[in-house]
Amino acid sequence: MNTAGKSEKTLINLPKSLDDFFVKTAGLAVFAFRIVKEAFLPPYEISETLKQCYMIGYKSLPLISVTGFIIGLTLTLQSIPTLQKFGAESLVPSMVALAVMLEIGPVITALIFAGKIGSGIGAELGSMRVTEQIDAMEVSGTNPFKYLAVTRVIAATLMLPVLVILADAIALLGGFLAVNLFGGMNLQTFIASSMANLGFREVLPATFKTFLFGFGVGVVGCYEGFNASRGTESVGIAANTAVVIASLLVILIDMVMVQLISILF
Amino acid sequence: MTDRTESVKDNDILVIEGLKKSFSGNAVLNDVDLKISKGETVVILGRSGTGKSVILKCIIGLIRPDSGSIRIFGENFLELNEKQMSSLRIRVGFLFQGGALYDSMTVRENLMFPVIRQPGYKGADLTAKIEEMLDNVGLLNAIDKMPSELSGGMQKRIGLARTLMLDPEIILYDEPTTGLDPVTSNEISHLILDMQKKYGVSSLIVTHDMPCARLVSNRIVVLKQGEFTAEGTYDELERSKDDFVSGFFKFE
Ligand SMILES: Nc1ncnc2c1ncn2[C@@H]1O[C@H](COP(=O)(O)OP(=O)(O)OP(=O)(O)O)[C@@H](O)[C@H]1O
Ligand SMILES: [Mg+2]
Repeated sequence: MNTAGKSEKTLINLPKSLDDFFVKTAGLAVFAFRIVKEAFLPPYEISETLKQCYMIGYKSLPLISVTGFIIGLTLTLQSIPTLQKFGAESLVPSMVALAVMLEIGPVITALIFAGKIGSGIGAELGSMRVTEQIDAMEVSGTNPFKYLAVTRVIAATLMLPVLVILADAIALLGGFLAVNLFGGMNLQTFIASSMANLGFREVLPATFKTFLFGFGVGVVGCYEGFNASRGTESVGIAANTAVVIASLLVILIDMVMVQLISILF
Repeated sequence: MTDRTESVKDNDILVIEGLKKSFSGNAVLNDVDLKISKGETVVILGRSGTGKSVILKCIIGLIRPDSGSIRIFGENFLELNEKQMSSLRIRVGFLFQGGALYDSMTVRENLMFPVIRQPGYKGADLTAKIEEMLDNVGLLNAIDKMPSELSGGMQKRIGLARTLMLDPEIILYDEPTTGLDPVTSNEISHLILDMQKKYGVSSLIVTHDMPCARLVSNRIVVLKQGEFTAEGTYDELERSKDDFVSGFFKFE
């Protein structure tokens, strides 16, 4: 079908040249800055923010929990044979806990969050832009930037860390199940040995970066939604673009933060 | 406020002078002048893509013109700060082409939204007012429906009811009947007329719907190449010698 080539071109709105890249990056940065600024200026949209926390946080629980469990279980199962070769079986819990809490938990959760929430916000706000609902809000005396964008970014920033902590815990549960079934390790030993190498020095910075992940996903989703152009196909474009950019941003923030953390701590 | 001392008459609700707007080099509005007085209904005619929606969006502040002045209720709209602009805006109603209902809210919540978001709102019960406005548009039974359950014409009528919730003194209509069947179009035209009689609002209407224009307009202006080139009552313009103008009145 001849539509295939066309849709491949138009389904996503990534920078087409270096100039375009800088323009878009600058636009995103200005948008993020404005979000932070307006978040601190009254009036505060408290009840709408709480509602978004519910929509963004609570409604992601099942997906995040299932993924966390499977990741913890499979990661452990795959580590056991390798560590067995070196006779280091007792290190399995510690290794799994380190991997999950510092890297895999935050990053995988944030990527799933980017897919679910980033695209959700992009599509929702994009469709509100295209059908002039955002304009309607503006002319009736509500600041849509505050009411729609700031609330969602705050909710994403606050909820992702909570989801990550939960995902970490469930992943460790999955890990315990694996060592328990295949090695007969009991819960006490598992906890003691998995926490052996983890202190606040490791966990705090890893938690801090999840706030940035959440902020990044929220900002990108809102930016793509608010800047959706006319026409219904731009809703899908906004959603797709939001996922791609948000996922890349998560990886990028992770890379930078890991370097920063290793310098600072 | 200096409005009393200016030459603007008290019953001039809207005065536009020398409005210019271009988008990335393409001039859309070259020199638009327009005056609307209290209770008057003015219709804008013009070919597709000539900037009629842009005029309405400039008036309400969704698009900033490159130059020119817009005075609403005697205030220089373009020089107001954000807060003043927003308190002036709520005296102006805007009916969007598609209704622009908030699709995550019921009809009732849609009508409540503009009112409960006003800084002065103290939690008053709005049920009676919502029912009155829905009754105006003949859709009282849709009060607890979601917008997605309504047809396009119904959405437009709800959009009008929502616009009326803030008791606007002037309403800007962007193609209120486009895309609707003749019967619904006629209903909406009569609705506009009723609102004008019942609440004494002034109206500025962009439309291609000549029966609607004939029914509701006190005056018609014709937009061509970014300027109003003709002006008069429906009957006057219908007899115009200008081919461009009379083109709007020939429908066979
Ligand atoms: N936000 C915008 N950015 C860029 N160009 C715009 C914008 N809004 C309108 N235009 C351009 O301005 C011109 C006039 O558009 P407008 O929507 O006012 O036309 P119209 O007279 O309302 O037409 P129609 O009857 O089809 O609704 C068009 O060429 C359009 O592409
Ligand atoms: Mg238009």
